[in-house]
Amino acid sequence: MKRLVVLLGLLLPSLAMAAGGSNVHLDHAAIDRTDKASLQRGAALYMNYCMGCHQTQYQRYQRTFEDLGIPLELGQENLQFSGEKVGEYMRNAMPTASAAKWFGAAPPDLTLVARVRGADWIYTYLRSFYVDDSRPFGVNNKVFPEVGMPHVLQELQGVPRETHEERMIDGEMQQVYAGIQSDGSGMLSPEEYDQAVLDLVNYLVYLGEPSRLEAESIGRWAIIFVLVLFVFVYLLKKEYWRDVH
Amino acid sequence: MWQNLLDWIEYRIPMMRVAKMHAIEYPAPKNMNFWYVFGFLATIVLVNQIVTGIWLTMSFEPSAERAFASVEYIMREVEYGYILRYMHSTGASAFFIVVYLHMFRGMIYGSYQKPRELIWLFGMFIYLALMAEAFMGYVLPWGQMSYWGAQVIVSLFGAIPVIGEDLVIWIQGDYVISGATLNRFFALHVIALPLVLVILVFLHIVALHEVGSNNPDGVEVKRKKGSLKEEEKTKFKMHEYYTNKYDIVDDVVPFFPHIVLKDLVAFAVFLLGFCYILFFKPEMGGYFLEAPNFEIANPLKTPEHIFPVWYFTPFYAILKAIPDKLFGVIAMFLAIIMLALLPWVDRGKVRSWRYRCGLHKVNLLVFAAVFVFLGYLGGTPQAGWKVLASQIATIMYFAFFVLLWMYSKNENTKPLPERITK
Amino acid sequence: MSNAPVDNNRRRFLTIATSVVGAVGVAGAAVPFIASWNPSARAKAAGADVEVDISKVEPGQLLRVEWRSKPVWIVRRTPEILEALGKHEDQLRDPGSEEPQQPEFAKNRYRSMKEEYLVAVGICTHLGCSPQHIKDGAFEEQVEGVRDGFYCPCHGSKFDMAGRVFQGVPAPLNLVIPPYQYLDDNLILIGSEAGAA
Repeated sequence: MKRLVVLLGLLLPSLAMAAGGSNVHLDHAAIDRTDKASLQRGAALYMNYCMGCHQTQYQRYQRTFEDLGIPLELGQENLQFSGEKVGEYMRNAMPTASAAKWFGAAPPDLTLVARVRGADWIYTYLRSFYVDDSRPFGVNNKVFPEVGMPHVLQELQGVPRETHEERMIDGEMQQVYAGIQSDGSGMLSPEEYDQAVLDLVNYLVYLGEPSRLEAESIGRWAIIFVLVLFVFVYLLKKEYWRDVH
Repeated sequence: MWQNLLDWIEYRIPMMRVAKMHAIEYPAPKNMNFWYVFGFLATIVLVNQIVTGIWLTMSFEPSAERAFASVEYIMREVEYGYILRYMHSTGASAFFIVVYLHMFRGMIYGSYQKPRELIWLFGMFIYLALMAEAFMGYVLPWGQMSYWGAQVIVSLFGAIPVIGEDLVIWIQGDYVISGATLNRFFALHVIALPLVLVILVFLHIVALHEVGSNNPDGVEVKRKKGSLKEEEKTKFKMHEYYTNKYDIVDDVVPFFPHIVLKDLVAFAVFLLGFCYILFFKPEMGGYFLEAPNFEIANPLKTPEHIFPVWYFTPFYAILKAIPDKLFGVIAMFLAIIMLALLPWVDRGKVRSWRYRCGLHKVNLLVFAAVFVFLGYLGGTPQAGWKVLASQIATIMYFAFFVLLWMYSKNENTKPLPERITK
Repeated sequence: MSNAPVDNNRRRFLTIATSVVGAVGVAGAAVPFIASWNPSARAKAAGADVEVDISKVEPGQLLRVEWRSKPVWIVRRTPEILEALGKHEDQLRDPGSEEPQQPEFAKNRYRSMKEEYLVAVGICTHLGCSPQHIKDGAFEEQVEGVRDGFYCPCHGSKFDMAGRVFQGVPAPLNLVIPPYQYLDDNLILIGSEAGAA
């Protein structure tokens, strides 16, 4: 009975300060599932920067390579770092228990993260790290405050800091938060970094539902068929109902 | 040769007799409008759920360790497995859409009134079985919503005084929702409840065909034997089972092919929407498949918001509206029981809202609006104004029955037509 | 009922046309149900061709590998074993490998591509047990005058060192030779023949 009360209490948003509060403005991730080049770049980024901690254990390498148009041998040589067979599931060797100790929580599997969080959330999240010396890894995140994850893409983005600008509010000059800016030490320009994150998000969206494109192409035929069926059934119905009334 | 075979069978089992009695020569009112297609659609969806369900069990693994992964296995590894899975998940919501419309049809045309009380009761039992079936089915993918939804719903039984806590543990088979719970829900979901559903649907239809179909005018098409002139009787050949007992007005058509064809037109329209969702929007914006359920069940982390799937939210809103836990649960169940008691709450003699008082029409429409509004409230986080709104809506929900009981006794109705109007 | 004449031709045409369209729909809807019974993508990946390095197999030794969840034997046969294969052919059921239990290239006395290496599916053609490799004269207990062979413990079927079945045992056919090819002198690819897709 107590549990019920607690559970119902959790429904109140004021009490639910769970991970990744949804009140932050999210930037729109303009992804394109049919853009294989983007997906391939995203997969490469994922394997290099994410896979070490976040496995995607519900899909096999082979499926990914085939869907993304990567020749199996090329993929095995360049994108698989674990030395497993190409038919294996995309796992890493990180032991869950010690990972939980290192990061506070075990890094979650990301196969379905795009279906849980949505593309926009991931896109914004990966562009919202900023320097915060009070945190264990020296960074915090605007979208996911107090996140237990380091800024793994820092070598691409550079060191991101919060910026403020002076603005006239109610006749007084005040410091206002004006977004995050990189110090320029990264390998990519801000535009290139956004594009790289977009590729990564595109890949994660693909990974969440690899059969999406096939489903839609079958779906188009199914709908055309149903329309034809409708015409015939409707005419037949009219034909039989002519002698009623 | 072919005829010989049919005769051989017919001599041993009444195949054609049943087909004639219940389809080819079953008299159905000719004015049955689009509201009358949802029973047929519900049957189609039931078949869809059973067939796709059988196919899903071929790859699903009912254990806490493997359930989530095996669903993804179906989605990724089984050839067209994702179509089977989406057919099943879309079908679940489609089932409730057609069943809710089917029930509302019964309400506006008074299909629950004498002599159709049993049909309505069987229907309510189908609805209850369906809710249990849907709830247990939602637990099986073992995502976060599966787990925490089960947690909340099972905890409801904890509100029962004295035995509540023990009952919850007994249902769970563990001190928390666990693999044991998953396994027993699986057994109930794939065998026990479908069996119950099929039997209830059978009884629902047998009871319907015994008393005959109602229609939008609520005027009986079967009259006392000998009360009709020859030219007033139907020109279609109807089964002697009906014509021996009654005179049948010339306002009927045979169920097959006329009504079946009408139903098939509706089926094609339904299929259009069904295919669109199935192939393009299987999550239906988070209503048919909730986003947190793509994350594996984690007993240590509650999702930010827990909502049941949309078809439970009206009753969930009633549960939440009442600040006392026991009375909340009672109110929720009472909301369903009141629906089942409708044939006795409504004391009117006229069936269709076409010929009933204006207040009745308003009452029905408000009830439908309140039900939808409760559904909205039950599916969103409870902000300040919503608490009051859901309390008012709950009162209005029950007010429908109270008002109906009061005005239906001496209702100011319009005169019924002698024959079905068109 | 109205008195409008019933146009039977139109009615018949529409009935047939609708039935045909409906049948197409049923057939289309059946596709996912039927196709889902095929081996899943995971099973196919697990059943993919297997590459085997044979450089470390000693003469007379048997190497067991797994292909499509079945044991596949690779036996490096000594010249003595190869020579013995010709001597007991009168006791065999199908010495010339007439039954289609092997790819075309293995339809010879040695039932192999290169004489030295036997590649065979190690499953008895009787009821599916895996026979034992009995060597260095121990097989004489089973068949007089034959020093090496395979003996199935389940029902006593016997095969020679080319996987050919002896007469008078329950197994009706020779052991299955899977399709395979040499990628180079030390690498065998089990599962597909050279030239085949």
